Amino acid sequence: MIPVAANPLAQSLAAQLQIAQNLVSHYNYWVVIVLMMVGFHILIARGNLIRKIVGLNVFQTSVFMLYISLGKISGGTPPILAGGVGHGETDAHGAAEGAHQAAEVLYSNPLPHVLILTAIVVGIATTSVGLALAVRIREAYGTIEEEEINAIEAEAGA
Amino acid sequence: MLLTLLAATAFGLVRVRNLFAVVMLAGVYSLLSAGLFTVMDAVDVAFTEAAVGAGISTVLFLGALALCGTRESKPVHTPILPLFVVCLTGIALVYGTMDMPPFGDASNPVHHHVADHYLEESEHEIGIPNVVTSVLASYRGYDTMGETTVVFAAAVGVMILLARGRRRTREDAPGEGSASPPTGGRSTRETPR
Repeated sequence: MIPVAANPLAQSLAAQLQIAQNLVSHYNYWVVIVLMMVGFHILIARGNLIRKIVGLNVFQTSVFMLYISLGKISGGTPPILAGGVGHGETDAHGAAEGAHQAAEVLYSNPLPHVLILTAIVVGIATTSVGLALAVRIREAYGTIEEEEINAIEAEAGA
Repeated sequence: MLLTLLAATAFGLVRVRNLFAVVMLAGVYSLLSAGLFTVMDAVDVAFTEAAVGAGISTVLFLGALALCGTRESKPVHTPILPLFVVCLTGIALVYGTMDMPPFGDASNPVHHHVADHYLEESEHEIGIPNVVTSVLASYRGYDTMGETTVVFAAAVGVMILLARGRRRTREDAPGEGSASPPTGGRSTRETPR
């Protein structure tokens, strides 16, 4: 990407540019990690079960963002074929033309999108089960605070 | 940038005491992440996240809050140990990203395995312009079938969990007939997904 320069000044400039690019190019990943850790912190530091589930959701969404970041290509477009598809089915010539057109456009990677679509739906399923469990715990113990549940359990055991 | 806004919302999630505000912030967070997905070319993911993450899950959380109350007790432990664990994990993960290829580079290894095949061939093999859909429904159709199985299992689990509590309350209140199947109210809200 950066043309290799002969003189050392330009080389060191190129190296500095590389470091700066690294910083910019990894900013996405680092913010994702910060978000992930915020979710993790909510998950382990808070006693309220519903807030724990919110933390789990935050963690989960940050993983989604990581995957989508991996699939993004700078200057790319969403992976929806630009030429359309109607003419491609009728004759071989049209299909070849369509494929040619598709090859010219830069698309982002569709595979992470598919995986994350699946993950979002599975995520809402697990969230709903978690919330249902919280509701049941509330019905059984009268509280959804971890500490109070532990206290009740200890009392029952003693 | 959207990411910074997201981080701000996430920190708000940690600070806010009221659970209602937490749920609303989680909805805001979901919507912001949907915007981010749009910026990163993942339009299908964006509308799924906006509908499911910001819509349905907020409704589910509000329903749970209505049943559990919005009161949250102060944390008993000091948050030092969790903070330490979190920072350590974060540092390890940042160290892990050092080996990752730069963001958005078309020559990254992720983009050159099956993705090329999907982009070039799905038009002839499947015949729909949206590559995400053709991968989801055809190339990785078994994944999607597994996913629907998981969703079904989750729906059944939620119904069983909530129906048990309902039956017990019915036994307490003798006016209602316990023979009728547990439909309506909380249980059915989980099913149409």
